[in-house]
Amino acid sequence: MTPDHPKSRRSFSDFLLHLHPRTIPEENLRLTLSWGLGGMAVMLVCLLFLTGILLLLTYQPSTGSAYASIVTLTREVRFGLWIRNIHHWSANLLVVIAMLHLLRIVLTGAFGQGRRLNWIIGLFLLFLLLSANFTGYLLPWDQLAYWAVTICTSMLGYIPVGGLWLQELFRGGAEIGPATLSNFCVLHVAFIPATLFVLLLWHFWLVRRAGGLVQVEHDNPDDVPVQRVPTVPNLIVREAAVGLVLVAFILILAIVWDAPLMEQANPGMSPNPAKAPWYFLGFQELLLHLHPVFASFLWPLLGVAALLWVPFWQDSALPTGVWFGSNSGRRLVIWTATVGALTTLAIILADNLLLQSNAAVAVDTLVTRGLLPTALLIALLVGFYFLLVKGLKYTRAEAVMAGIVLVLVALAVCTIIGVWFRGAEMHLVWL
Amino acid sequence: MMENLNSETTSNYDRRRFLNRIWAFFGVVAAVEFGWLGLSFMNSRKERNQPVKTESIIAAGPIERFAPGTVTAVPSGQFYLACLTDGSLLALSRTCTHLGCSVPWDEEKNKFICPCHGSTFNLTGEVLTAPAPRPLDIYPVRIENGIIKVDTSALQKRDRFEPSQATRI
Ligand code: HEM
Ligand code: FES
Repeated sequence: MTPDHPKSRRSFSDFLLHLHPRTIPEENLRLTLSWGLGGMAVMLVCLLFLTGILLLLTYQPSTGSAYASIVTLTREVRFGLWIRNIHHWSANLLVVIAMLHLLRIVLTGAFGQGRRLNWIIGLFLLFLLLSANFTGYLLPWDQLAYWAVTICTSMLGYIPVGGLWLQELFRGGAEIGPATLSNFCVLHVAFIPATLFVLLLWHFWLVRRAGGLVQVEHDNPDDVPVQRVPTVPNLIVREAAVGLVLVAFILILAIVWDAPLMEQANPGMSPNPAKAPWYFLGFQELLLHLHPVFASFLWPLLGVAALLWVPFWQDSALPTGVWFGSNSGRRLVIWTATVGALTTLAIILADNLLLQSNAAVAVDTLVTRGLLPTALLIALLVGFYFLLVKGLKYTRAEAVMAGIVLVLVALAVCTIIGVWFRGAEMHLVWL
Repeated sequence: MMENLNSETTSNYDRRRFLNRIWAFFGVVAAVEFGWLGLSFMNSRKERNQPVKTESIIAAGPIERFAPGTVTAVPSGQFYLACLTDGSLLALSRTCTHLGCSVPWDEEKNKFICPCHGSTFNLTGEVLTAPAPRPLDIYPVRIENGIIKVDTSALQKRDRFEPSQATRI
């Protein structure tokens, strides 16, 4: 501590330094390394906590009054509509930012040795954030909310062992009712934010323990000593700049664009089409094509298992700190993304024709719409891997990167189709 | 002397390790207790919130009202009364067997079409197009003094339609 800074004046920056190291490698400051995506996510979580606390002051978590309390909030409470919109847009943007953050981790080789645990924690954070979004979606108890909770808790029922038990646990009984709303409200305002908070701190601390963000490995470390610069002000100023621009953006977005609110929940009539919130529309697309056990349980399970396992595979991470690993990696990603998007589109269109043509479904859908597509998918991914590694001499890390990009692109295409190209009865429509 | 000291530190160390184990054990017991507490709390809510079984017999109206080949919604019982082409009656649950949406009857197309993932069902509740994995569930139908009565507490799942499921007049 320098003598010209009395203790008290330093205390705020000392606090910031508890979450940051005192100095950081200069290279970490490069915006094109991280795009500030993690920092943006933190900013959004802060906005969510602040606006969430305000919303909680007027929101009433009971099936009888939840809807009316939201209507009152938007019509009569001063700035109520704005606060609700800020909460809504921050939550939705957070999903996008978190997915991009994940993609950045994959493309800069940041899940390898020394960062494995943090990748796992990141996956939990993603799960929590989707749960927070989904449980929040239910709170207004409008038509969107009611049917989303119906569909989602029914999906739990397809889990082979203990699914029905879980379903009743989340519903708080056999049917959807007041206990369901209490459950989701407690999850949304207490359980998830608290867990999220703890995991976030752990996440930041692990970044610090790994010695900062990923850096380019120099062949001879003695030649180019790592330049370190003080965190305050270098990093803090950049964080503030990114954060404040984002806040300004959200505030403006929340002025011009209102969060949706449908009619009050009506158990007798599902809206047509009844769509999930957008970040689940990729899964909803799966539901249209696959047997429910596979769409709502096995495929998500396979995906999660693969993501959890990937950092523990030897040499699965790219050389650190270089986007795409190399220029050939960059070309590979562009090719994979293009081919993946077109293939996904082709498969969806072809299966749509198939679904419409075979009128009678006497055939065993567990095989035709379950085992068969699963076997095909696995064969496709394994084949793709061997083509890249054995045929085209890419490294394992590059093949893994391409595989993850392929799956994410497929999910993105499904989501886009779900949002813009599915109309009444979920038929394909052109805009 | 040297040996004595050594054996003393070892036994000290052993004792400490033993005590640590005990505390770890109590920690696990406490965690299990809290887990059990939470689960029983939530399970009891499940039981309390089972639907009330009163008024489970719904009178759907006199038989003359139902013409062969028609479907009538009975909102008070959350089911449809389907009068099959041979005049026999079937009470179909309106809940889609896929993921629980409420299925409307489409008069023109002569089938049930689910708005959520597009499953379709025919007059007898059989699946015409996936993703629904089984036909619409049914409730038992009785006819008493010319009045149709449906027992909504006895939901029946089925794998296919059989004529014996329908009630003849
Ligand atoms: C962790 C991140 C969070 C996410 C992703 C999130 C997401 C959401 C979403 C998507 C909604 C639906 C609101 C709408 O459609 O307008 C919502 C509503 C709500 N949230 Fe959050 N939220 C988060 C944190 C919190 C916190 C910390 C609180 C309070 C302690 C809170 C309190 C509320 C309340 C009371 C509502 C109901 C108001 C409404 O539906 O308009 N949220 N949240
Ligand atoms: S809920 Fe009816 S088709 Fe999915």
